[in-house]
Amino acid sequence: MKPPPFGYRAPRTLDEAVTALADADGGKVLAGGQSLVPLLNMRLAAPAELIDVNHVAELDTLEADGAGVRVGALARHARVERSATAARVQPLLRRALRHVAHPVIRNRGTVVGSLAHADPAAELPAVLALLGGHVEAVSVRGRRVVAARDLFVGPLETALADDELAVAAFFPAAPPRTGTAFAEIARRHGDFALAGVAATVTVDGDGQAEAVRAAFLGVAEVPLVLDLTEAAASGRLAEHVRERIDPESDIHASADYRRHLAGVLAQRALAKATADALAREAP
Amino acid sequence: MTEQAHRIELTVNGTLHVADAPARRLLSDFLRHDLGLTGTHVGCEHGVCGCCTVLLDGEPVRSCLTFAVTVTGRAVTTVEGLAAPDGTMSPVQRAFQKCHALQCGFCTPGFLCTVTALLRDTPHPTEEEVIEGISGNLCRCTGYQNIVKAVHRAAALIAEEAR
Repeated sequence: MKPPPFGYRAPRTLDEAVTALADADGGKVLAGGQSLVPLLNMRLAAPAELIDVNHVAELDTLEADGAGVRVGALARHARVERSATAARVQPLLRRALRHVAHPVIRNRGTVVGSLAHADPAAELPAVLALLGGHVEAVSVRGRRVVAARDLFVGPLETALADDELAVAAFFPAAPPRTGTAFAEIARRHGDFALAGVAATVTVDGDGQAEAVRAAFLGVAEVPLVLDLTEAAASGRLAEHVRERIDPESDIHASADYRRHLAGVLAQRALAKATADALAREAP
Repeated sequence: MTEQAHRIELTVNGTLHVADAPARRLLSDFLRHDLGLTGTHVGCEHGVCGCCTVLLDGEPVRSCLTFAVTVTGRAVTTVEGLAAPDGTMSPVQRAFQKCHALQCGFCTPGFLCTVTALLRDTPHPTEEEVIEGISGNLCRCTGYQNIVKAVHRAAALIAEEAR
């Protein structure tokens, strides 16, 4: 199908963009469009106005330093995925990005757009939640930082106000002696995952896991972050995960199957993250 | 009520085209309806099938998930632009022909654009890289085996012709 009619503005600066967003009644931000345009084509969304930020050059940024990776609102998935610096500072980002849709979609879709879209089956919200990252939002009222734990409110719903533009996302760097892993199961590679998990494992001087955390996607209304340190030590990791989650059934998978997957994926991701932590430790 | 039209300037296969279209005009429809370039095919219109894949400044994108107005001023290559000016088919096109990598041909323009960019970035892809590279394009005829063969053949042709 074809998108319904909408008003269109293409601001050139951030000031113009947030002013347009404040002025619009029922405005929606268009960046990569890889989630929004399908919704428009299927007429599941009909915003009165689109604020196209693709020409706001100051949003096309990608910076990484010892503290973490800051991704501007126009940085496409593919750019972040290819960045050697970003991968060195926070390896989980590239690991997760390789599961985001298909390469061609990643050429256009944006990291910040994925976060603002807040699909509970998407990879990046889980990564941001696991790492304790944040999103920077700008409106005519000012700039604020929204922590990941406050950002994801429900399926496709964030704490961002209608007049706020998410201008950047910050993914903290991996701490010392910490490994990461990402695992998911989808019917076909590139489809939304039936269930998935991002994990971090920190090892002590003897190579034993001292902190284990995981964020699950596809099994709750928002990314679900669990501290699994004790569960991993007890040897009941999969059982513990299955007890802690309450997924939904849909045409793609039953709740029981998702619960099963979450346990299996948690075991796989933890093993990989532990190996990664030990490999990073090795001289 | 008539919709507001926007001036769109797009370089397609090396030629500058200027046309007025509403903001909601998808790039796929702009190419097909406004410019008459019907080589780009439209399948699912929600980014799943890959038929409408074109190269935007060299990078493969879904033209059905891109508004023409968003990419004004930029350069697009469609399947019509893959052959040489004298009509000689590109190595990727020849490999698809040789390997029987198409039957009905509906998905082919998307595959050709996707594979052209894939082999530019990864001239000697592994089997896994080929499968990952074409994973976003659906073909309902071939069963993919011959498409995978064609990608490898195209890589060999490109390497041969570069010598």
